[in-house]
Amino acid sequence: MSTTTLPPPDLIVRPNYLNVSHGLKSWLLTKDHKRIAILYLLSITFFFFIGGFFAFLIRLELLTPAGDLVSDDNYNRLFSMHGIIMVFLFLIPSVPAVLGNFVLPIMIGARDLAFPRVNLLSWYIYVLAGLFTLFVVFAGGVDTGWTFYVPYSSLYANGWVVATAVGVFIAGFSSILTGLNFIVTVHKMRAPGLTWGRLPLFIWSNYATAIIQVLGTPVLAITLTLLAVERIAHVGIFDPKVGGDPVLFQHMFWFYSHPAVYIMILPGMGVISEIVTCFSRKRIFGYSFVAAASLAIAVFGFLVWGHHMFVTGQSIYAGMVFSLLSFLVAIPSAIKVFNWTATMYRGSISYETPMLYAFGFIGLFTIGGLTGLFLATLGLDVHLHDTYFIIAHFHYIMVGGMLMAYLGGIHFWWPKMTGRMYPEGWARFAALLVFVGFNLTFGPQFILGYLGMPRRYHAYPPEFQVLNVLSTAGASILAVGYLIPMIYLIWSLKYGRIAAPNPWGAVGLEWQTSSPPPTENFETTPIVTEETYHYSNEAKDFV
Amino acid sequence: MLKNLPLFPVEGSTGAHEVDALYFYLIAVSAVFTIAIFICVMVFAIKYRRRSPYEVPKPIEGSWFLETLWSVIPMLIGISMFVWGAKVYFDHAVPPRNALEIFVVGKQWMWKLQHPEGNREINELHIPIGQPVKLTMTTEDVIHSFFIPEFRVKRDVVPGRYNNIWFQAMRPGTYHIFCSQYCGTQHSAMIGHVYAMTPDDYQNWLAGGGDQSMAKRGEALFQQLGCSSCHNLDGQGRCPNLRGVFGNTVLLRGGGQVIANEAYVRESILFPEAKVVAGFEPIMPTFQGLVNEEGLLQLIAYIKTLSTRAANPSVPLTSPPRGRTTTPAGVPVR
Repeated sequence: MSTTTLPPPDLIVRPNYLNVSHGLKSWLLTKDHKRIAILYLLSITFFFFIGGFFAFLIRLELLTPAGDLVSDDNYNRLFSMHGIIMVFLFLIPSVPAVLGNFVLPIMIGARDLAFPRVNLLSWYIYVLAGLFTLFVVFAGGVDTGWTFYVPYSSLYANGWVVATAVGVFIAGFSSILTGLNFIVTVHKMRAPGLTWGRLPLFIWSNYATAIIQVLGTPVLAITLTLLAVERIAHVGIFDPKVGGDPVLFQHMFWFYSHPAVYIMILPGMGVISEIVTCFSRKRIFGYSFVAAASLAIAVFGFLVWGHHMFVTGQSIYAGMVFSLLSFLVAIPSAIKVFNWTATMYRGSISYETPMLYAFGFIGLFTIGGLTGLFLATLGLDVHLHDTYFIIAHFHYIMVGGMLMAYLGGIHFWWPKMTGRMYPEGWARFAALLVFVGFNLTFGPQFILGYLGMPRRYHAYPPEFQVLNVLSTAGASILAVGYLIPMIYLIWSLKYGRIAAPNPWGAVGLEWQTSSPPPTENFETTPIVTEETYHYSNEAKDFV
Repeated sequence: MLKNLPLFPVEGSTGAHEVDALYFYLIAVSAVFTIAIFICVMVFAIKYRRRSPYEVPKPIEGSWFLETLWSVIPMLIGISMFVWGAKVYFDHAVPPRNALEIFVVGKQWMWKLQHPEGNREINELHIPIGQPVKLTMTTEDVIHSFFIPEFRVKRDVVPGRYNNIWFQAMRPGTYHIFCSQYCGTQHSAMIGHVYAMTPDDYQNWLAGGGDQSMAKRGEALFQQLGCSSCHNLDGQGRCPNLRGVFGNTVLLRGGGQVIANEAYVRESILFPEAKVVAGFEPIMPTFQGLVNEEGLLQLIAYIKTLSTRAANPSVPLTSPPRGRTTTPAGVPVR
């Protein structure tokens, strides 16, 4: 590795997907999954920073008990737009559309995804959804929260509810197309010898995610269509004054949006499986259990939506069934955590940046998962529902889990994607900042929640202030932790060390080709003869 | 400093302790798992750190024994949480029959409360300690949620429905009321206070306001809206006699039956054609728009007084019957 500081001449001149053609047109009309991944990377990063900026304004407002920084209506717009942008335009596409798009075909030894044009279409659909959302942001926003609960959203909310719903509706199709593409690709385009039992776990988890995307997202589209129809024409589906039922909306919304939580975490779990094995130099402990857990989560995730309605007045017996099923869906996640930990046992562990993010993920996801049990427990959820406890819980999963995994994955595959190494010292420092800042931001919110501070409050009683100040302080550290990688990753594109084809000594197929890969990924189709994560057999290749 | 940094809410109601016990159980389990994972990761990361770039660890396939162990143990612990949590939830789902009933109407952005004696208040709730209090709640507009953290109770307030919560305050004091379901511009201003008082103080407070009981107001509405012209209380009208109806089973036109609870009375006023009583024609017009949510609650209070069984519960105040004998609406079943 140390010998690669000076680029071997053949690495510079070798054609790759980046230098094969130039100009805006060659990017906007590309059918190369790697270029489409880069397009996605740029667009979701843009929305991440917009959503993050809104989050920072929210935290600044909550620094003091009085609602004095922004008006109440503007505060409501801030948290609504934060949620909508982060969920639909960042978290859902993050790992699948960027990392999945880039490495999934290479990992299975394919030249591209099954439907390259559909892949490009999905990006254009995403951009259209993004434009709708940007229009809403600049036109004055929406104040329904990302959950769009009726009858507030249908009859009472001011603002651009229909335009937002259309934006989210459109974003859903981008997600469906990516999922469809992944399913077909995994079924039909695996390299010779790459049996289902040899698939990397990143593939398994993206495959499970794709199933949810294809089956769940249409329900979101139906729900939002009904919402728009209700708002425009007031047909009364959700209005009790004309015989409708507002709780029906919640059932339909969460029938998609709870599985969507798994769309937002399963791909991250796949990233962690790749990183932990690579930096422990060991095959995964209990491969089939980790793979099966992804599918179990995808299936059981569809059966727990009712746990969002324990206090709406739904039947207490329905509540019990949903509570029990929610405990069961936690088991596969627990199995994954135990197996990652066991993988490290008697491994050869090194602490490069991706592994630091994986350590962070395991710890934060464990806390996020365990606090989910509090909310699945009927008697406790009554108190915790709609308080800051649940804000803390899902940010531990979404930010502590998925965002950590995404950043870990970006650092892991950055040399492959760009052909450059980032400065390791800065990267480790940023990973540490993110971990510390994250815990300081969201840890106090668990206490706030049990104390009873409701979510979506613009102003709050003064006794909650100290904990809110801690949280805002943490958010400031977190913000710095996100800006630093932004800077050094861009810096590395020009000044970073040239990356070797396999800088981590990893065994996946994506590391067998050059960095960055050629447009066709491999010069000759690879033939797989071994299990995935065959680290011990490949030891001789490390140096 | 600690005064400004509360870590735990006051236990203000008889039910709060049970919820807190459950909370501590989950914290204990979570702490054990989190610390165990944390220690394992730390120890492995240090003990098995890469000492030379040539290091090749031995592969480990996995272990059916361990996989079974760490699936079954969390599952058993999860089931214990489920059972305990369901018990707490179930025990609190059913208000005791002797509970003092207070009526809540949510509205952007205030809470309007009515006591049966006629006292009305906004964003304040005065209650006696040592007695179960049941809130029957609905809303004029969007979904709200009535939350008293010190009592560990919360329930969404949904348009078109009557949702209940109940609690029993333990000691005099002032507690928070929060709206916890996002409801628009001034959501965070839809707050108030519960004033828990000794029974004597409560009686004094009641005497200080409320010229007319809810049932009296309901009776006046009943006349004013012309209900009485059809629903003759002597049983001779074109419409069902409402005496003795509340809390009993009603046979429906076209088969089927329904228990005449708050929800049924409400539905019959707003959607009269939905469930017509057997033997009568669907001739009643809707009163949608003619009577507001508070008026509906007053009408219900009046109709309740026509049914002696519901109006005069002969149950002693000290021993609330539990569980299976009542539905959440306080209506006897079986």
